[in-house]
Amino acid sequence: MAYSDKVLDHYNHPRNVGSLDKKDPSVGTGLVGAPECGDVMKLQIKVNPETGVIEDARFKTFGCGSAIASSSLATEMLKGRTVDEALQIKNTEIVNELSLPPVKIHCSVLAEDAIKAAITDYKAKTLDAAPASAQSA
Amino acid sequence: MLKFPIYLDNHATTPLDPRVLETMMPYFGEHFGNAASRNHSFGWVAEEAVERARKQLASLIGATSKEIVFTSGATESNNLAIKGVAEMYAQKGNHIITAATEHKAVLDTCKRLEKHGCQVTYLPVRTDGLVDLDQLRDAITDKTILVSIMYGNNEIGTVQDIPAIGKLCHEKGVLLHTDATQAVGKIPVNVIQDNIDLLSASAHKMYGPKGVGMLYVRRKSPRVQLTAQMDGGGHERGMRSGTLNVPGIAGLGKAAELCQELMPHEMAEHARMRDHLKDKLMAELDETYVNGTMERRLPHNLNISFAYVEGESLLMGINDIAVSSGSACTSATLEPSYVLKALGAGDDLAHSSIRFGIGRFTTGEEIDYTAGKVIEVVKKLRELSPLYEMVKEGVDLTKVEWAAH
Repeated sequence: MAYSDKVLDHYNHPRNVGSLDKKDPSVGTGLVGAPECGDVMKLQIKVNPETGVIEDARFKTFGCGSAIASSSLATEMLKGRTVDEALQIKNTEIVNELSLPPVKIHCSVLAEDAIKAAITDYKAKTLDAAPASAQSA
Repeated sequence: MLKFPIYLDNHATTPLDPRVLETMMPYFGEHFGNAASRNHSFGWVAEEAVERARKQLASLIGATSKEIVFTSGATESNNLAIKGVAEMYAQKGNHIITAATEHKAVLDTCKRLEKHGCQVTYLPVRTDGLVDLDQLRDAITDKTILVSIMYGNNEIGTVQDIPAIGKLCHEKGVLLHTDATQAVGKIPVNVIQDNIDLLSASAHKMYGPKGVGMLYVRRKSPRVQLTAQMDGGGHERGMRSGTLNVPGIAGLGKAAELCQELMPHEMAEHARMRDHLKDKLMAELDETYVNGTMERRLPHNLNISFAYVEGESLLMGINDIAVSSGSACTSATLEPSYVLKALGAGDDLAHSSIRFGIGRFTTGEEIDYTAGKVIEVVKKLRELSPLYEMVKEGVDLTKVEWAAH
């Protein structure tokens, strides 16, 4: 299979690889996929609690080149957006940007799932933290 | 000097040996005759080439010339052997035994026969990739007419104990067919010593041309009969009609002769390179597993899983080396290798597997380069792998609730 230049670029030079501290209340972590299906993505966001803007995003992916490229691209798309803006990201944007063939569309779907999972995790944390911060205030 | 890309996919196909090509050339040109033309010299020259090839093949596998039937390749040979026996021996029984790790040309042939009233037993294999002889013995019934077990596996290179399987079959009065496509020309195969009744092989897996193969059909003790699967001029003793592919057959014969001559040297040399590759990879990379036994294995095969690294992404990183992966992403079906699954390795290790196939033209320098490159890319991809990170943090991946998709 021939890969698009953009997939190759993300594969060869993945953006924002790494991990953020899972325990940090401003960090949301999404872990999607399964090893037996051949792809697992971990995507993390660090949100400014004042502005709701995603200031950092990191990923690690076990999967094919298109899965790696999809999650690498997702971290680029996330940075600078607010959490609510990030929720609007659709897998089709990833498909178009990377010129993914039909057989690789599931990679973009997984990346969208990872974004949503990270945001859900972040929101759950802020809800848990809210009463505590109210007490201390 | 290294030349790129490096070819290490010799189970898929092998390059044509220049000596084979040279042997074939005249039969594309001045010696264009039909081997079935009995009344002029054009036919005689073609027939002579075909009969020479028959002898060369018979010599390689310990058969006689009259037992060699030329076909278009091993897929046709497997179809002819299995369907031909099922049809010819239908009065005697309708039960066939094969194994889960067979090539699709055998498995799908058996599946078709099931639709036509045959009973098929698909034996599981042990974790080392080998068929359990006791299980085979237990599976044989008075309705069993054929056992079809491959000689050497195309993915994991495991070599079944064909002599013992053949002995068991003969004791029970059952015919043994073996798909020996990966084994013939690579390791000693002898139809008499190995108790084989039918054997499939292909030219392009032994440095011959594509589009030509053979089926060995035993002529005595027992005399095996087949129902032809194509109607026509009754070529090949009525078993396979169609004008013979004379240049291809001449090439197949020459390829067989070269394999026989070079086998002792090639077996030792390929095993040495293979073991060197394995040792280098396993010394540098943790959590790396060989699929299939090393005890009974084709000398030119290595199949390794690099845990926590997905096969297609690894192939992408080593794109100047031609190899195959059992990863679903590299297959048309989006299913990981059924052969590796049959070993019980788990789908995750099947997704992480790479098959290396060494060949006649592989050099030590190529092996060294390959080892270095694979090590570099696996390390890079493990840096990217959430699974590797989790394992290093002490997470038991089997205890994680994955959202399967």
